[in-house]
Amino acid sequence: MPHPHRKNLLTSVQMARFVATGSFRMDAVVPDDMNQQAIDVLKAGIPGVPYGTPLSEAFVDTEFVQRLVELPEVAGAIHSLVGPEPLVDHHAVHIRKANDGEAQDLHGDAIIDVRPDAFDVQLMYYPQDVTLEMGGTLSVPGSHLRRTNETDTGRYQNLLGQTRLVCPAGTVVFLHHGIWHGGRRNDSDIDRYMFKIRFNPTVRQVRLWNLDDLYDEEVARELDQTFPWYENATGRLEKYNRIKLWQALTGDDTYDPEYWVTRVSNRPQRVVAQRSQNPHAKKEIA
Amino acid sequence: MTATAPIDAGQQTVRQQVLVLYLASSALDARVVGWSTYDGTGTTTPTTGDSDVPPYATGLDALKDGWRLFQAAQLLPPQPGHEYDVSFLKHEFFFEKLVTL
Repeated sequence: MPHPHRKNLLTSVQMARFVATGSFRMDAVVPDDMNQQAIDVLKAGIPGVPYGTPLSEAFVDTEFVQRLVELPEVAGAIHSLVGPEPLVDHHAVHIRKANDGEAQDLHGDAIIDVRPDAFDVQLMYYPQDVTLEMGGTLSVPGSHLRRTNETDTGRYQNLLGQTRLVCPAGTVVFLHHGIWHGGRRNDSDIDRYMFKIRFNPTVRQVRLWNLDDLYDEEVARELDQTFPWYENATGRLEKYNRIKLWQALTGDDTYDPEYWVTRVSNRPQRVVAQRSQNPHAKKEIA
Repeated sequence: MTATAPIDAGQQTVRQQVLVLYLASSALDARVVGWSTYDGTGTTTPTTGDSDVPPYATGLDALKDGWRLFQAAQLLPPQPGHEYDVSFLKHEFFFEKLVTL
């Protein structure tokens, strides 16, 4: 796939927002003609590909998906998040049937995944207008760094500040692999469609986005945001872990504007006690 | 699985409603940050992502409304080497109401 134009890469502020929230959303980024076509394409099914197929090869026979991932804004986001030539882990069409009585348990996909300096992303494409009643995907901002396994979070029904997706047709959302999410109960009379692709990076995820604003003050503000569902104390640990991830993504382990990491890493080695007060010091020989 | 016999309160049948509140600290009067409900009467079907508004502002408010606390999460120190890890919500409180049908 060609390198995306610089103007379509994420900015540092957008990337910092992804690191803080675990998601990046582009409303109505897919043109109407594709959205009109999408339901029939998704109903017919998208042929599967082997795990780990390079993106440039995965959809050569599926024109619709090839067009989707080559949309300039979509290609720019993919490059910014996971870099050039990612692998397609898998893809799936999700359909929540009209008046379907079951919501999914809140979960993280696959299995617990605690990589400190790499992450997968999942593209979720919504070809229809999604209303609240249609059960758009539930996701929990800032949950992606929590170390939990799959549906072990199923006991949590609602968290303060959760996102219940309502969006216009053609919206694409990218989610960090660890984010807590789930398909909600569809209480409407309309079947809801979503198409998902999981991408694995093939390069170290360092400075892959537009770096013009790397040290903009807004980056620090994004990284320091809190979310309503965070407990008071654990919310501070979230910021610690977020800064560690940002340091890995920028290759700058000195970046720590609120001092969360620096403070607890400080273990000076310089000794200034006088020799006379040090019982281990050898006596000076005159 | 065999169904257990319902509690018989005189000639009446009693069922349990359960409310789980997640609080911002270990204090019971801390603000609610998450919530789940399970209705043993079967008259409602609460589920994942069905509300953005917590039923109470604090755990104490639930007590004032008649919910009975029956379990609170223990306070456990972090495992050595995992002091900065984040995982499940720590401050989980289980409440019940007994409803006569």
